[in-house]
Amino acid sequence: MSTQYFLQLLISGLVVGSIYSAVALGFVIIYKATRVVNFAQGELLMVGAYVCYAFLVQMHVPFWAALCLTIGFGIVLALLIERLILRPMIGEPIISIIMVTIGLSLVLRSIVAAVWGTDILVYEPKLFPQETINIGGVPVSLEFVWCFVLSILLLGLFSAFFKFSKAGVAMRATAFNQQAAQSMGISVKFIFGLSWVISAVISGIGGVLIGNINGINTSLYHFGLKVFPATILGGLDSILGAALGGFIIGILENLSDGFFKSYFDLSGVKEVAPYVILVVILMIKPYGLFGTKEIERV
Amino acid sequence: MHYCGDFRTTYEKDIEILQTPTVRIGVAACLAFLVVFPFLVKGEYLWVGLQILIAVIGAVGLNILTGYTGQISLGQGAFFGVGAYTTAYMTTKLGLSFWVGVPAAGLVTAAAGMVFGIPSLRLKGLYLAIATLASQFILEWVFLRWEPVTGGSFGIVVPRPSIGGYVFDTDRSFYYLVLAITVVMVLFAVNLVRTRTGRAFMAIRDHYISAEIMGINLFRYRILSFGISSFYAGVAGALLGHSLKYVTSEQFNLGLSVSYLAMIIIGGLGSILGAIYGAIFMILLPKVLTVLTTKLTMMIPGAAGLAIAMEQGVFGLIIIFFLIFEPDGLAHRWKMIKAYWKLYPFSY
Repeated sequence: MSTQYFLQLLISGLVVGSIYSAVALGFVIIYKATRVVNFAQGELLMVGAYVCYAFLVQMHVPFWAALCLTIGFGIVLALLIERLILRPMIGEPIISIIMVTIGLSLVLRSIVAAVWGTDILVYEPKLFPQETINIGGVPVSLEFVWCFVLSILLLGLFSAFFKFSKAGVAMRATAFNQQAAQSMGISVKFIFGLSWVISAVISGIGGVLIGNINGINTSLYHFGLKVFPATILGGLDSILGAALGGFIIGILENLSDGFFKSYFDLSGVKEVAPYVILVVILMIKPYGLFGTKEIERV
Repeated sequence: MHYCGDFRTTYEKDIEILQTPTVRIGVAACLAFLVVFPFLVKGEYLWVGLQILIAVIGAVGLNILTGYTGQISLGQGAFFGVGAYTTAYMTTKLGLSFWVGVPAAGLVTAAAGMVFGIPSLRLKGLYLAIATLASQFILEWVFLRWEPVTGGSFGIVVPRPSIGGYVFDTDRSFYYLVLAITVVMVLFAVNLVRTRTGRAFMAIRDHYISAEIMGINLFRYRILSFGISSFYAGVAGALLGHSLKYVTSEQFNLGLSVSYLAMIIIGGLGSILGAIYGAIFMILLPKVLTVLTTKLTMMIPGAAGLAIAMEQGVFGLIIIFFLIFEPDGLAHRWKMIKAYWKLYPFSY
């Protein structure tokens, strides 16, 4: 494997990883605040990408307005999902919650397929410049760089939100202890809604970014399934862990793919590598790099 | 709840499966119906009946693992695949008979299930669900890439079974074969949950620490539960392969795992009858939806694509509605209805 090929894999891994991070972040925010395992995270990304496409290409809205409208749509959708589907499920066993989000993912997928069809759609006009630049002798498309920078910005923004803003601190308090938070005057219902809203918005923006680079089709929801390796690696309830885990999984899947292709002539390792990593992590360190260890008392 | 006059004076009476004459008549009637069913209907409907029987085996198996032992598995679909590929490989490439292939499929799948069940020693709930999700993807990948055995993306053509020169080549004869296997498997499951093993499973589900304190070997029983459940999946998968006469990797995707989980949740977790109701419901549902959508497309031309897309959506909506409004499943609802009529009109 030449150095140039290695660097190329590394860079594309970083770019894919940045999208994984964004989706994983959305997943962890919901899990941390509400203990809901969201199997529909990838569908939220897909819906975001398609709604932005509808505004940008089908209605010819300028990009900044389309992005704002997409975020607005994401907020409404998240509030509806939280209120209508997840609120009645509070206190149900984990298997029911998993199934209800799987049901939700089927519904969202079929709505998207019914409205926009299953063909690949391309964003027009392109948001990012199409030129390539040289990084260490490797040609890199500028849209990759933009995508990477924007997702880092997004991650930074939300880290700051959780650290410094009043709502962010309230969310952390709710995640820590719901009863205590409620008795301090924090509305837990509001926090639940808010965490769904933030999660949907982050995933939606991730969808818009990936849509700008690759175009969109109905298999975009696969990003949601890569969330599990990323979040388990980072620790299910750690925001920093989710961000790091996304990047690590993105890089590892690209490197292992390239490695097996060039040495063993085995293609398609990309699809399975994250899950092999996932099983290994679960065997040796089930609470991930930064997750809280659960202690059970009888 | 017992009927009045239902006295059990001996231990033999107490351990009977079918306690009262009404229940005995009901079960006998159901069996009689299943036996004459192929003569009442034909073609497409017989095919649906066959699919339901196979689904019952798979759902009962998953309910032993998820409903009785409390271990969530998102990999049942892939275990179906392991069984289907095992019997396909044995009957076509090794030239063995169906009667070796299907039990072998069950055993190989049980072994695979036990291996993927090892994480259950340390993991539970959500973490275990994610581990089994990973096993689903890993197995799916193996089906597609291990070409010498699985035939890659082309799959394998499987023959219908035969015994001593008699070939089960019609749907009707194959239906009877599957019916016999299903009855045996269901009976085994009904008895299993009444034994020490079954009680150990339920103890682990209800509180695994207490179960361990009471002397239940957690590791052994969890692995055993994975093994039994995978055995059921393997047999069901093998029968599915023989009934479709064709095995490819796309049949055994995550969607299949999800629909089996949906079966046992809609039917009722921790209930053999529930698994049966769920299997019937979930196999009939897509057929009914297809009929409805074809009717719809005849009325509104050009809606065909839309209707196909919405089928999955309706399936998802039904899962959501059941979980919100009927979280205990059909088996529980049926029990409530029976209890209502038993005491009618003096319900208090």
